[in-house]
Parts: sequence; structure tokens; C-alpha cells
Amino acid sequence: MSTAETTAGAVRPTSRAIRLRRSPLGRALMKLPFWLLILAIAVYALFPFYWALRSAITPDSDLFSTPISYFPSHPTWTHFHDALSSSFFRRALLNSTIVAGSVTLLSLTIGSVAAYALGRFHFRGKLFVLYLMLSMTIFPQIAILGALYTMFSGFHIVGPIDFPKLYDTPWALIFSYLIFTLPFTVWVLTSFMRALPGDLEEAAYVDGATPLQVFWKVLLPLIAPGLVTTGLLAFIAAWNEYLYAVSFIQSPGHYTVPVAIVSFTAPSGNAFQTPWGTLMAATVVVTLPLIAATLILQRRILAGLTAGAVKG
Amino acid sequence: MSTVATPAPVPRKRRRRTGLQRRQTRLGWLLLAPALAVVGFVALYPLGKTVYQSFTNEEFLGLEPRKWVGIDNYRTLWHDTIFRDTVVLTIKFTVITVGFEFVLGLIIALVVNSGFRGRGVMRAVMLVPWAIPTVVAAQMWKWMLDDTYGVVNDLGVRTHILSHSHAWISDPATSLAAVCAVDIWKTTPFVALLLLAGLQVIPNDLYEAASVDGANKLQQFWRITLPLLRPAILVTLIFRTLDALRVFDVFQVFFGYRLGAQSMAVYDQSTTVNDGHVGYGASMSVAIFLIISLFVVIYVTFVRVSEE
Repeated sequence: MSTAETTAGAVRPTSRAIRLRRSPLGRALMKLPFWLLILAIAVYALFPFYWALRSAITPDSDLFSTPISYFPSHPTWTHFHDALSSSFFRRALLNSTIVAGSVTLLSLTIGSVAAYALGRFHFRGKLFVLYLMLSMTIFPQIAILGALYTMFSGFHIVGPIDFPKLYDTPWALIFSYLIFTLPFTVWVLTSFMRALPGDLEEAAYVDGATPLQVFWKVLLPLIAPGLVTTGLLAFIAAWNEYLYAVSFIQSPGHYTVPVAIVSFTAPSGNAFQTPWGTLMAATVVVTLPLIAATLILQRRILAGLTAGAVKG
Repeated sequence: MSTVATPAPVPRKRRRRTGLQRRQTRLGWLLLAPALAVVGFVALYPLGKTVYQSFTNEEFLGLEPRKWVGIDNYRTLWHDTIFRDTVVLTIKFTVITVGFEFVLGLIIALVVNSGFRGRGVMRAVMLVPWAIPTVVAAQMWKWMLDDTYGVVNDLGVRTHILSHSHAWISDPATSLAAVCAVDIWKTTPFVALLLLAGLQVIPNDLYEAASVDGANKLQQFWRITLPLLRPAILVTLIFRTLDALRVFDVFQVFFGYRLGAQSMAVYDQSTTVNDGHVGYGASMSVAIFLIISLFVVIYVTFVRVSEE
């Protein structure tokens, strides 16, 4: 049997190839390059995270020695302890939560009301507002840096009204972050509002509801998934922002997370002076909640991103 | 013109504005008011103010009173070789990163779209680099690229790709490649996701029909996938280009304010905030705004021309 097969194979090599392709093992082998490609993509996407984690749990004595080890042989929590016990970093986490949370709430509140008008009403000028919002989503933040910078040092508006000095306060960030969260929120929520069928609304009007009741009791619950998506995107955008944070905040007590993460570095950039272990522990702490939220809500995020087709 | 062609123009029905319509209009604008107020105050007013400031010699907390100086700032900017270098560097960065991200992103999107078990997991994995702060990504890579204890050097030397460790970030010859690597790593998955969304809209019947007609995979890619993916590709490229042109975070984290390694936004920010030259910085902001607009115009005309 086996000799027959080998001779047959020697005479017609193609038949062996075909037989191999049809066998389960052969099929698996054929798919091997494909799976290797998938593996390569996954490793490429995830290796930096593994490296951050590995560096965070490797003690300094192993971290700053060559040859470097790829698996921590003496895992330690010291770096996490150092990062979380520094009041500077804890403050930054709190500040970022306050800033990103407020920006998200404000954008959702103002944005959903505006989306109600743009998505469910018919009036002249509506299209103009929609295009204004769309053009705002690609607005380069650097273009108004100087103007915001001088505005935040306080100025006189009219009569007895002065614009308060916001420089070096979380308010400066909450205020300026609206420029990239609000237009995006309005744009995406409008598309959600527009997709709703009109019957429910009409039924509510017949029952004598006012437009605001319709908004609050009928429409808002229906676009709840949209609110979650846009809210998360706004939160991530505000949490990650760096340009305004490094420009409008001066005192370390008001630093947000990105500014704090950079300030771990000694200015000279010497490897011995940069506490890379603690720094990597801090990046892991900052990244974990974002990864968790992203993984849980990935379907909704994707829907929101493609609806807006904008980087959040 | 069109009315000439119509023999008997039907008199347009005059629309009476009913009470309901008027109320809708009033309520509509009322609901829009907060959003418009915010956009006006946070974006439009500062934009106008920036343009005004660019014609003045305003300094932050300057002792001299602000003075109108005409186009002096723009004249200085035109001869500012540092600014010229930042423009060139930023455009190089944009071309390299957008190019790589598009090609790699398309490959990844095609692989993920081919349908295999664990596709959902893969999509989730791809979102992760996008979600983390750019600053965090930059710090992770800065450590990986460390000249003595970095994993990139270690891997390179172990596999004999590198003869010895290299100072990727501080060496001017490789610093651009180093920032590009971070941006490509962080953004390629995102580009892939946008293209993937476009791929999933293409109906499967087209491919089946093409196979029946005897078209091979490559022909199917050129004749079906690419043309139908065009809208998604264009949107992705436009937004990526705009994003890359205003890059700030990676450059600032990697190089600080090192001369010769500044993007347009880094130089503008350091001029405005660190040096307090608000007037001059404003002229730079206007210039950056115009450069970015120029790219938008180029894209839009390209789209128009190729559609005709």
C-alpha cells in the first residue's frame, strides 16, 4: 500500500499535492501563511503593551542591565506602588477624570439638544449649521492656541462683565476641549436622531406632549446607545489631549494625565535618571481603564467612528 | 436658463408659513443656541482674534502696549529658516506616515475581512492602540528605542540586523523614522478599521459573479474592491493627512523643543507659550491653517477631477 503510494507520487507529483491539499492536515498547512500573518499583526499591535507591562513588574536591577530579559524573573509591584503613591500622579488621575468627565457631560447635554433641533425639525439655516459643525470637526487646534492663551489670562468683555482668568485652572481645559468634542457630538447624535421613525413622536404630540417632553421622554431614551458611544469618544479625546494641557496648565497640582506621564522624564533624558519602571507602571495604570472600556464597547465605538468618520 | 427650456412655467405655489412652522423655527434656533454660543466663543471668536493678533506685536504679559504692525510678522515668518525646516519636516512626516498607514491598513483590513474564527477578537485588539493617549504610546516607544536598555536595539543585535546599539531618537539621521514608527503603530489599526467598514459594505454577489466569469483574486481586487472602496479610502486619507499635518504630541515627547526636530505645531506652541511671542505665533498659526487648507483644496479638486 505504502509502496504503491510512493511510486504513484513519484510519477505524478501533482496528485500527491492535491491529496495533501484535501486532507485536514493539508488544509491546515495551506492556511498557515494566513495565520502567521494574523499572528504578526496581533504581535505588532500588542507587543508594546506587553513590553510596558514587563518593564513595570521588572525590578530596577534587572531593568537597567544587559543582556535584557524578555520575561521578568523576579516580578515586583514596587513600580506600581511608587507610581500610585506619588501624590502628583494621583492628582493627575483625579484632574483628568474631572476634566474629561465635565467635558463629556457638557458635550452630551448641549449636543443632544442641538441634535434634536437638527435631526427632527425643519427650518431654514439648518443645513448651514450642520456644515458649520462638520467643518469644526477638522478644525486644527493649533490655529487658536495663542488666542485662547491670551483669553485665558482674563479680559474685559463689556460693561462690568469681565472674562475670568482661567489660565492654570481645569476650567481652561474644560472650556477649550469643547472645541473638538462638541461639534463631533452634535454631528453623530444628529445622525442618530434622524434615523428614528416619526410615529412615536407623533403619537406623543397627539397625546398632548410638549416638544421638550417629547425630547426628554421619547427621543432621548431611544438614542441612549448613541449617547454612550459619543460620550465614550468624547471622554477618550479629552483624556488623551496634550497640546492645550501642556500650554494652559502650569502648576503640577493641576496636571492632567498626559502632562504627568511626560513629566516623569528627567529633562536630560538620561536612562539612569528616567524612572522607566515607575513610568511604565503609570502608563499601564492609565491604559487599563481605556482598554477595558474599548473592549466592552467596541461594537458601539466602531459604529460611532464610522458614522462620524473622524478621529475622535 | 432652465426656465427658458420649460414652455409654460407653472406659477410656484406660494408657501404660507403656518404657525406651526414658525414655532418650529423659533424652537429650533432656541435649542441650537447653546451649541452655537459655545462654537462661536470657543472656536470662531478665537479664530478671528488669532488673525487680528497676527498683525500685531502682542507679547504675553508684555510691558509694551500692543501695536498694529501690518504684515511684519508674515515677512519675518517668510524668512524664518527654522519655520521653513519645520514645514518640510512635517510634510515629510505626513507623506511617510499616511503612506505606510494606508498600505499596511489596507492589508490588515483585507486579512480581517476575509472572515476567520476570532475576527471579532482581532477587531477589538486593533482598537486598543487607537484608544490610548498618544503621549503614552510615545513614552512606551521611547523606552523601547532606548539606546542602552531598549528592546529594539536588543532584538536588532541578537538577530544581527544591527551591528551595534543605535541612539534612534537622538541621532538626527534616524529621529524622523523613530517618530514615524510610533505614529504608524498607533494609527494603522485605526486606518484598517475605517477601511474595513468600507469593505463590509461591498456586496458579496459581485465577487461570486466575478468568480463565475473566471476573474482571479487579483483581478477582483483591482476591478471590484478598489473602485468600490474609493469613498472610504478618500475619507480616510483626508482625515489622516489633516491629523498628521498638525502633529504635536509625538514630536514634543520625543525631542522636547530640540532644534531641527520640531513639527510646525511644536515650533508654534513654543513660540507662543514658552517665549510669549503671541503676535508672531499667531501669524504662524494662520500660516499652518492655510497650509492645511491647501491640502484640503488639493484633495477636493483631485476628487472632483477624477470623478469627471
